[in-house]
Amino acid sequence: MKPFTYERARTPAQAAAAVARTPGAKFLAGGTNLLDLMKLEIEAPGHLVDVQDLKLDRIEKTREGGIRIGALVTNTALASDDRVRRDYGVLTRAIVAGASGQLRNKATTAGNLLQRTRCPYFYDPNQACNKRKPGSGCAAIGGYSRQLGVIGTSDACIATYPGDMAVALRALDATVETVNSAGAERRIPIADFHRLWGDTPHIETALAPGELITAVTLPKPLGGTHLYHKVRDRASYAFALVSVAAVVQKDGSGRLAIGGIAPKPWRVEAAEAAMPQGAQAVAGRLLAGARPTRDNAFKVPLVERTIAAVMAEAKAA
Amino acid sequence: MEDDAGLAISRRGMMAGSAASMALAGTATAISAEAQPAAPAPTMPVSLTVNGRRRDLSLDTRTTLLDALREHLKLTGTKKGCDHGQCGACTVLVNGQRINSCLSLAVQHQGDEVTTIEGLGTPEKLHPMQAAFVRHDGYQCGYCTPGQICSAVAVIDEIKAGVPGHATQDITRRAPLTREEMRERMSGNICRCGAYSNIADAMAEVAGAKA
Amino acid sequence: MKFDTPAGTNPIDRLTVVGKPTDRIDGPKKTTGTAPYAYERHDVAANPAYGYVLGAGIAKGRIASMDLAAARAAPGVLAIVTHENAGKLGKGDMNTARLLGGPAIDHYHQAIAIVVADTFEQARHAAGLIRVDYARAKGRFDLDEQLRAAPLKGDSSGEGSAAPPIERVGDFDRAFAAAPVTLDQRYTTPDHSHAMMEPHATIAAWEGDKLTVWTSNQMIAWAVGDLAKTLLIPKENIRVDSPFVGGGFGGKLFLRADVVMAALAAREAKRAVKVALQRPLIANNTTHRPATAQRIRLGCAKDGTITAIAHESGSGDLPGGGPETATSQTKLLYAGANRLTAMRLAVLDLPEGNAMRAPGEAPGMMALEMAIDEMAEKLGMDPVAFRVKNDTQVDPAKPERRFSQRRLVECLERGAREFGWDRRSATPARVRDGQWLVGLGVAAAFRNNINMKSAARVRVSGGRVTVETDMTDIGTGSYTIIAQTAAEMLGVPLSAVDVRLGDSTFPVSSGSGGQWGANSATAGVYAACAKLREAVAAKLGFNSADVTFADGQVSAGGRQVPLAQAGDLSAEDAMEYGDLAKKEQQSTFGAHFVEARVHALTGEIRVERMLAVCAAGRILNPKSARSQVIGAMTMGVGAALMEELAVDKRFGFFVNHDLASYEVPVHADIPYQQVIFLDEVDPTTSPMKAKGVGELGICGVGAAVANAIYNATGVRVRDYPITLEKHLEKLPATAMA
Repeated sequence: MKPFTYERARTPAQAAAAVARTPGAKFLAGGTNLLDLMKLEIEAPGHLVDVQDLKLDRIEKTREGGIRIGALVTNTALASDDRVRRDYGVLTRAIVAGASGQLRNKATTAGNLLQRTRCPYFYDPNQACNKRKPGSGCAAIGGYSRQLGVIGTSDACIATYPGDMAVALRALDATVETVNSAGAERRIPIADFHRLWGDTPHIETALAPGELITAVTLPKPLGGTHLYHKVRDRASYAFALVSVAAVVQKDGSGRLAIGGIAPKPWRVEAAEAAMPQGAQAVAGRLLAGARPTRDNAFKVPLVERTIAAVMAEAKAA
Repeated sequence: MEDDAGLAISRRGMMAGSAASMALAGTATAISAEAQPAAPAPTMPVSLTVNGRRRDLSLDTRTTLLDALREHLKLTGTKKGCDHGQCGACTVLVNGQRINSCLSLAVQHQGDEVTTIEGLGTPEKLHPMQAAFVRHDGYQCGYCTPGQICSAVAVIDEIKAGVPGHATQDITRRAPLTREEMRERMSGNICRCGAYSNIADAMAEVAGAKA
Repeated sequence: MKFDTPAGTNPIDRLTVVGKPTDRIDGPKKTTGTAPYAYERHDVAANPAYGYVLGAGIAKGRIASMDLAAARAAPGVLAIVTHENAGKLGKGDMNTARLLGGPAIDHYHQAIAIVVADTFEQARHAAGLIRVDYARAKGRFDLDEQLRAAPLKGDSSGEGSAAPPIERVGDFDRAFAAAPVTLDQRYTTPDHSHAMMEPHATIAAWEGDKLTVWTSNQMIAWAVGDLAKTLLIPKENIRVDSPFVGGGFGGKLFLRADVVMAALAAREAKRAVKVALQRPLIANNTTHRPATAQRIRLGCAKDGTITAIAHESGSGDLPGGGPETATSQTKLLYAGANRLTAMRLAVLDLPEGNAMRAPGEAPGMMALEMAIDEMAEKLGMDPVAFRVKNDTQVDPAKPERRFSQRRLVECLERGAREFGWDRRSATPARVRDGQWLVGLGVAAAFRNNINMKSAARVRVSGGRVTVETDMTDIGTGSYTIIAQTAAEMLGVPLSAVDVRLGDSTFPVSSGSGGQWGANSATAGVYAACAKLREAVAAKLGFNSADVTFADGQVSAGGRQVPLAQAGDLSAEDAMEYGDLAKKEQQSTFGAHFVEARVHALTGEIRVERMLAVCAAGRILNPKSARSQVIGAMTMGVGAALMEELAVDKRFGFFVNHDLASYEVPVHADIPYQQVIFLDEVDPTTSPMKAKGVGELGICGVGAAVANAIYNATGVRVRDYPITLEKHLEKLPATAMA
């Protein structure tokens, strides 16, 4: 871990300004992913701006009938919130399917959105990785890629976004609110928040340097049955091979977002129109253009089968 | 010297060249090989309360809460199994909540109350969970044990406080205090000796759990 | 003491302390975090510096140059040791690859440097500043490819599992060709990582030319010997201390890089140095259980009698390494007149393969017991009945040689009753519970027993007893069973016994490996106690041979004297073994039963119930022995369902080298586990009449899980681990929403 200086900011604007003013600075919230990567010097900030005192840890009603989740609300607090459990159950279910109780106590809403890929080649500094070291190549292509992406990947990178919470947020049409060092605020639809890798896999989100997430808002509740089915080898404390966040209405219509297969939570609104026709029709449209590897080709049928499982669960609910 | 000289790298990936020469730094971000007299790393004062006692430290900012406990306060009951949040051996309670102390900087904990395994009980006066672990043989090599016990104490509190879990059927209600709930919530504490079934027995006894 | 005739009645048989399900005496320490592990010995070496190990970034080739300038200039750096300044080093007998690499690199993450600094943070950062130029060489990384031309190779794991290159009994080929029902299948098991929770860790300190290492090691005397050979210093100048070991499973049988690098670093820095191998280094830097490719052929008569049985296995290792002895159990487990076992060894440039919990049998039984299940189905027989039918009470290759005890049939039949085996559907894929397919599976468990010479020193003083031996407790319960043994022998309560372990200044024990530790180490304590009893009796003026030690009293012929009056006496002895194990085959047996469920759509697999029935001699402490068995069952579930070191065959390394990507079972994977020990004593093993259980528990579990999955789905997966993609698209058709 590279030496760094450390400060605690008192307001979001002050935090954003501190990061903008200091070369190599980063925000530190829960730190559960950032410190992990700093120990391997995959992340090497020279200055950390700790945002824990920004008082962004509340969940409030919005005028539109939804909720605003402070950026620093922990995963545990968000999953435990009564409104979330009642109105946005898919979010609670996605969060508690992720990581461990210890990590959820520390991880924040904003930090969770920003967690980086778990590609094993990204995690091994001896291996070529365009995400870690732009232009160095991608050792994962042609390597061990069972966990990696099948769609939305590129010739430069086949990693996935590994999180669970954001998959539910995508199904719920969340919006990410930010502030920059000039104090300017911005609202980024969750669909646009995570980028496809393209030729620049080191750029992972729509955030500008120094831009700070302050909140995530959810529109008014959708009703319906909320489900999150996470498929993995061991029963807990593992990243998804495939996960499906679903909100299914009584008439069989609904929303589906898929985790574990792409650089971002994968949702194709047009595919959802096919939900009454069944999982095969949905999956066909969701995964049109998929480019799996030999190791992860199974994810294509697995997505269809997991959607089928979720639709059956919804019917039974 | 040139990085990766002689390796056939394509945009489609990277081919292993035979007898190729390559240069690697120990890590990805290593700086130039020229020795520059480096400034000492920044240090900061940190005060926290550990097991009821206020401790004032001056630490390299890079020091994790785990290393502050183990190396600076010599509270070695908290274990380092992976140092990357992948095993749970470093679990401690901070302001009553369990966290992985390896993935937290000590400087993040200014003013916090930390409880470690040493704060739960002593060999002469075991905490009820420690006593239950002994009775049910909820450990073997003992290395993950302090983390398991800290987690076990917290898990029962979490369930009682109404925190939902992955095993919870109806998330709009309080989760029941069952073995299934506890097993799921303990899953961030790996025990390679495989004492899980015994740990579940110990927790069930302390919690007065339903089957 | 020499053990060369079966044990008669002895003080252990009273079973007032031995045989009781006693809480571990080290439990209060372990549960309060006060048991000191290697890296935590703040009490032993003043002001230690911190070492951080740099592993090689390539699998095979040479270091062309190393630039240490930036690292040397980094704050706090005290010393750096590489091949350039380490001086001449030897290699330990037990090591295949050198523990300090360079200029030649033998495998990925082989240690090539250690950076020593005042703090851990400084050492870690400075290690990242070392710049290495490599000349990469072509390596052999693909087991299947290398096995094509690999020679036959026999070996002993040194852990009770052994097989010659090729062994024939009768005429396998003819019998197999003639058999009306045959099976010929290939099975594979992947590389496994021990993944013990405590990393390999050492504090090293020199005093003149004397070296002390506080470390985490299963075999103290081996560590002393190999450290002496590596550093080229006399054994007498080395002390190794390892009172608590945070898991080993075979991964800490041998001297490893943490010890050597700490010792070299301490010498260079002229200061005590502490080192823990960082977790991402462990999978490639240390040893692992090698992958196997196995072929099993079975020929049976229509009534289910095995007439031909062949088991061939191939594995790979670095040059000079050995094979995984996966065929070992097949020589002994089932009857059959015509037999063949053979092993091939390929040379691979992957990290060093070596022993992991039940080397040989663990992967061998995963294959054999799946093949047996498949054959039972071909025959239309119940798999329990098929195993019972082919039981043998003698070594099939030497019918005059009996098993000392063999109660496999009883294990199977008792387990079948307890588990509700009669509820199993003989036809697979017939039982459903909502979206889940449910199945039951069985497998036999088998592991040989070995006895190793083991010594101890026992002292009595004021009625308190102290036992000293270099035996280790790696979670096995050694502290407690040794205390139980001494308490029983000397007639004192358990609370009057102190046990001190793991120090090379103590008498040399069997150490912990090959499931020999429990019987061997306690037998050594028995020998020392027997000698001490004589000394006590003599001192207290008893001349009868029939002296009783009980309730703190020594008595004979109506006279009774408190043990405390014997004053301060000590005795040291070792238990050594004659050829009883040659005359009769000493093995341990069991049966595993598993209920598994498979999601009909997603293919996810979960284990719902597990039972093991074991027959393994006298169980010295049923509580800790049960824990050994459930722990092994848990590791077996890992092997069945998730554990695999993924090989990058281009670059030659295990890709998933941390605990997030090498998945081992977690709490949620493991249901309540039931263990039944059959009441057994085996007087041929030692005066303790015990055998091991710690490895028996893993042998066969994986196959029982696999067989339960097959029973649930009707899809046979022969390549472990059984991950969902291997059966996903073959699952029975189900209504898709």
